[in-house]
Amino acid sequence: MKKILALTLAAMMSLSLAACGGSTGGSSAAAADEGTASATSEAAAGGEGTAASGGSIKVGLMVTTTGENAMYGNAVKNGARLYIDQVNAAGGVNGKQIEVVEYDDKGDATEAVTNFNRMLDDGITAVIGAVLTGPTIALADETYNINMPQISASATAAGVTVIDPTDPESEIRTNVFRACFIDPFQGEKMAEYASERLSATTAAVIFENGNDYSVGLKDAFVAKCEELGIQVVATEAYSTGDVDFRAQLTNIAGQNPDVVFSPNYYEDDGMIITQAREVGVTGTFLGGDGWGSVKNYASAEDLEGSVYCSGYAPGSSDAVKQFESDYQAAYGEDIPNMFAPLGYDAAMLMLNAIQAAEEQGLEACTDEYYQAVIDAMAATNGLEGITGSYQFDEQNNPIKSAAIMRLEGGDEVFTELF
Amino acid sequence: MSLLSTLVSQVINGLQSGSIYALVALGYSMVYGIILLLNFAHGDIIMVGAYAAWMCMVNFHLHPVVSILVAILASTLLGVIIEKVAYAPLRSAPRLSLLITAIGVSFLLENGAQLIFGAGAKDMSASMAMFTTGPSITLGSATLSFPALLTIVVSLISMAALTFLVQKTKLGKAMRAVSEDMGAAQLMGISLNSTISFTFMLGSALAGIGAILYLCAYPQVNPTMGSMLGLKAFVAAVLGGIGSIPGAMVGGFVIGLAEALVSAVGLSVWKDGVVFAILIVVLLVKPSGLLGHSTTEKV
Repeated sequence: MKKILALTLAAMMSLSLAACGGSTGGSSAAAADEGTASATSEAAAGGEGTAASGGSIKVGLMVTTTGENAMYGNAVKNGARLYIDQVNAAGGVNGKQIEVVEYDDKGDATEAVTNFNRMLDDGITAVIGAVLTGPTIALADETYNINMPQISASATAAGVTVIDPTDPESEIRTNVFRACFIDPFQGEKMAEYASERLSATTAAVIFENGNDYSVGLKDAFVAKCEELGIQVVATEAYSTGDVDFRAQLTNIAGQNPDVVFSPNYYEDDGMIITQAREVGVTGTFLGGDGWGSVKNYASAEDLEGSVYCSGYAPGSSDAVKQFESDYQAAYGEDIPNMFAPLGYDAAMLMLNAIQAAEEQGLEACTDEYYQAVIDAMAATNGLEGITGSYQFDEQNNPIKSAAIMRLEGGDEVFTELF
Repeated sequence: MSLLSTLVSQVINGLQSGSIYALVALGYSMVYGIILLLNFAHGDIIMVGAYAAWMCMVNFHLHPVVSILVAILASTLLGVIIEKVAYAPLRSAPRLSLLITAIGVSFLLENGAQLIFGAGAKDMSASMAMFTTGPSITLGSATLSFPALLTIVVSLISMAALTFLVQKTKLGKAMRAVSEDMGAAQLMGISLNSTISFTFMLGSALAGIGAILYLCAYPQVNPTMGSMLGLKAFVAAVLGGIGSIPGAMVGGFVIGLAEALVSAVGLSVWKDGVVFAILIVVLLVKPSGLLGHSTTEKV
């Protein structure tokens, strides 16, 4: 009996080994001609052989397409695939088609690592992703070990590119880049805007306590205000789920500040501004990119003149309009949020860097190739994306201008790149 | 703005949110008074009432007054249905089973709403505008805004009407009798089922009114809006003495004022903490609440 069991186990093991071997040489779901929103991860994991000829480059795409954050991940995926499809249709990079190896990390860090190992088996040479901060950092730990080029479209935490953000001397993950701007950046931008464009001398802040995004923006705003000589007269907090902000806003009204910074999400922002006007706060409201679609959550009169910064300004240029109509044509829907253009830009930055490595005649999946891609990415200078023109600082964060959006007559209107 | 007028404004803020807590606490207290059940689904009945108002106003473009009536009717019906379906079959079961059922109903309603309407908030500021714009009263440099005025007045009227109903009418007498001794009340010819149903109806109608006042103050509807509101109202009911109608009113106003004043002195981060600290202190020091009767359990 025992012998039979051992034999069966051995047989199963060898079978599974064979299966692994099969998928290593095998393929991924080439989405070059698909351009649809179908999930290709199963196909990729199946190891069915559409076989990588010498004429293709494999790029991993780690996105969150299921679960509560799927709306962000699907937008990144659609944006990135749109760019890659366009490149492939135009003949690919250096004559080679780009093959996308896509996996869903479900917003989970462990899942991201497991799927990354599958991607390696599938033979990727660079990875775009992940979507959320947690999985992106887990993925970055893996790619940093083998120095594989990685770019995230949307992870905003400082810890993605810097190993320990609290330590100024910390090691930097030189291989990891991002297409979006980081949280503190927006706070600094809005302080500068308040000082330069609104000539503000006093400011107040109301933020959501315990929310990293909100607190990060607040800290950066307050620090920058001090530097610029704006006096912060009131800093008020609220808890997640609060709907009554009148008490805090009454305190702010008592100080009568020129500007009120509200680095929160649009549902809260709408309610805050309505109640603020009710209790007599007259200052201009400022916000971060969490304000997008705030116009649906407060009246036009209350919002009039408020300003927020965004990574993406709809309809601001011909290139952006072209992107919007291409997106509409490919997926039959409007741009859902700024994650789609960021996904598009991330893919653009990555393929642009791969192009440079290809031109040097290097062989994919080698250390030299990785380094060449990373060097090319770091040297990006003024590459025009949908969300701005790109250049990276020493921590691999993009230096780009923020789109300033102003609330006018109940609409969010793009006013300038600041 | 002077210190005094800031203080007056903060007291007004506290009274406005306090009167909503008070209305919700009344529903808790009445149901507890009659069948000794903490109806944790009460906050979610408010949520359903608010969604009903949203559907009527934004989707079907009904007149606001009609919408309000529909919202109150929807909450009332829901309250009665919940009582019949979930609580009535458990009338002779241990009280813990009833409590667990109430929590279950609460989850069912919250997740059901999330499934049907989505997790995002629905905005109603435009539709509620006719209730939020109106004459306001100026007290020095502090203003008592129209929604605040409306909320406080409607709450006080509802409470007065409720007190009258419970103290002066036959139905109220029946309710008090059932709450005192269910068995004896039944022997005196009081219909237990209809009296309990009526209590749920009243409590849920108050929840419906609470939903509308909530929307006047905070014009957003989302599936979990009832849970924190319900919890705080529960604290208010316990503070005032659960089962006592004037107690629920007093408790609601105290909680609302405490929240506003904590924020006023710059401790807004601690607002929720203070509310629940009040609950702990009351339970430790005077479990029967401010206006509750202390009863000795007969074993």
